[in-house]
Amino acid sequence: MRRNSWKEYQKEVADDRYYYLRSCIRQNFFPGSEKAFLKIVGEELGRDIFDDPAHTSCTGIGYHSDIVPYETIMTVVARQFAMMTEAGYENAAVSCITSFGVYTETLETWNEFPDIEAKVRENLYKATGREFRKPRNVSHASDIIFHHREEIGRRAKHRLVNRFTGEPLRGVEHIGCHYAKIFPREGIGGVEFPYVLAGMIEAWGGSVVDYPERRHCCGFGFRNYLVQANRGYSVANSQKKFESMAPFKPDFIVANCPGCAMFLDRWQYTIAEIEGTTYGEDGRGIPVLTYEELAGLVLGYDPWELGLQMHQVDVEPLLNKLGVDYDPAAKYLVTNGRYIGCPEPAMVNMGAE
Amino acid sequence: MGKYYDMLMEDVRMREGLKACMNCGVCTAVCPAAEFYNYDPRQIVSTVQTQDDDAIEALLRSETIWYCGECMSCRPRCPRGNTPGYVIQALRNLSQKLGFFTESEKGRQQFALKKMIGEHILNTGYCVTPRMVLPERHQEQGPVWKWIHEHDKEVYTMFNPTYMNEGPGAMRRIADDSLQEIRRIFEVTGGMEMFDAIERYSDKKARELGFDGADEKYLMYTYTENNNCHH
Repeated sequence: MRRNSWKEYQKEVADDRYYYLRSCIRQNFFPGSEKAFLKIVGEELGRDIFDDPAHTSCTGIGYHSDIVPYETIMTVVARQFAMMTEAGYENAAVSCITSFGVYTETLETWNEFPDIEAKVRENLYKATGREFRKPRNVSHASDIIFHHREEIGRRAKHRLVNRFTGEPLRGVEHIGCHYAKIFPREGIGGVEFPYVLAGMIEAWGGSVVDYPERRHCCGFGFRNYLVQANRGYSVANSQKKFESMAPFKPDFIVANCPGCAMFLDRWQYTIAEIEGTTYGEDGRGIPVLTYEELAGLVLGYDPWELGLQMHQVDVEPLLNKLGVDYDPAAKYLVTNGRYIGCPEPAMVNMGAE
Repeated sequence: MGKYYDMLMEDVRMREGLKACMNCGVCTAVCPAAEFYNYDPRQIVSTVQTQDDDAIEALLRSETIWYCGECMSCRPRCPRGNTPGYVIQALRNLSQKLGFFTESEKGRQQFALKKMIGEHILNTGYCVTPRMVLPERHQEQGPVWKWIHEHDKEVYTMFNPTYMNEGPGAMRRIADDSLQEIRRIFEVTGGMEMFDAIERYSDKKARELGFDGADEKYLMYTYTENNNCHH
């Protein structure tokens, strides 16, 4: 019965006509993921999605580092909505979990305190001369992939099955705290049984790892990573998750939030360098993917066009299990096949051989 | 009611985040910061609830309010519908307005955050850009990031030909008129006032500590100093 509890938390996800709101962290560390998302939604699924050069950061990292006041970020959010209104769209497609939390928190505040919404409208007009309509629908970009998961599954070039054993690949899913912990009804499956990523894994043939620290924070903690002196907090919380998931021998981790994907990748490198501990097979790390990368691999996209060479933990063990036909020598080539050198080796990539 | 409590209640997040705490401690049980630091969100909420001016001022000057990672894991767990994370946000906001944040090592880090994230938002329209994530300040990013950082133009243009130029796509350059609007929003809504307060109080504290004001040296001090007495 518990397994189906996610069905109690359903949310409306718009089917078409999306206004894309990019993520500072995703485009910084996973630019191929945002490109893949636009390709999947626009070309594979034939939906209308608008990538507007005029929108900016939501300033969420500044807000959760407490240097940007709530009144300020609500007005930046209002400006994003004004851009969306002017472009003729009503459905926000948000590429970042921090931003998603900020948008939902802002809309909730406006619902409960109409005087605050009125003040924000006044401030936005004073600052920019712009006005806005509130969105009809706010979905995280992963909600949109989840919404279309069966259609993506029908187009799959690769199922999430280990081609050497025939067994479903074991995926750890990490949904990111601000997806559903702030407003559980805004997340598919709510806060207890989030299904947004698990649903993708299952629809594409894989199995989901349930492990004790599944809901624990990745350890970002905003100021606890951004300031060098505090990073022990961040790595310690990630390590708690790795220690908890490792006995289940996951084939991959997939993350909802771009920050989580980056930390779960980079802290594996750090822990290996500091302690010599690795959590994946054969002395390597566990490959970490964004959900766009996972969908892209299922659809048969080239891993280097997806940007998987930008990860610290090698993804090749997973590509081999999936049966992806890739050119290992092309990993670090740039446009026109130009070679610009490659990264130094690291313990997390060396393996036990 | 105490004056600090009244000031806190002007923040809508306090009205949303603190109803009546029964001290059950569930928030502390799930808190990633409580696992790592000598930190107890239950105790903070309990103190604020007393409305006692001396006790709240001590909090505003303390290390304690700066440990929270704002993950909001506490929010869905509280049986009374409180959000200790929101209470922390309100306390930090007030601590900066009153200048108390410079009295703690963790609080002084707000200067580094303002310089690195805050000014970056105003200058680029992003919280983070590739050139900003310096490998020497981010050893944990590893050799792949170092390779990306050294070849950022070659790497990012594979995904977006308008990298750091105007147009759509990942890490595009945000146009000056959009940046002007963001700056105006900060001016109109108190964002710039907050930045100025952080600068002003940090400069005063920097001089007290023997620096020549809130300069690059003080910035690196706030970014790296750790007395290891937080656990």
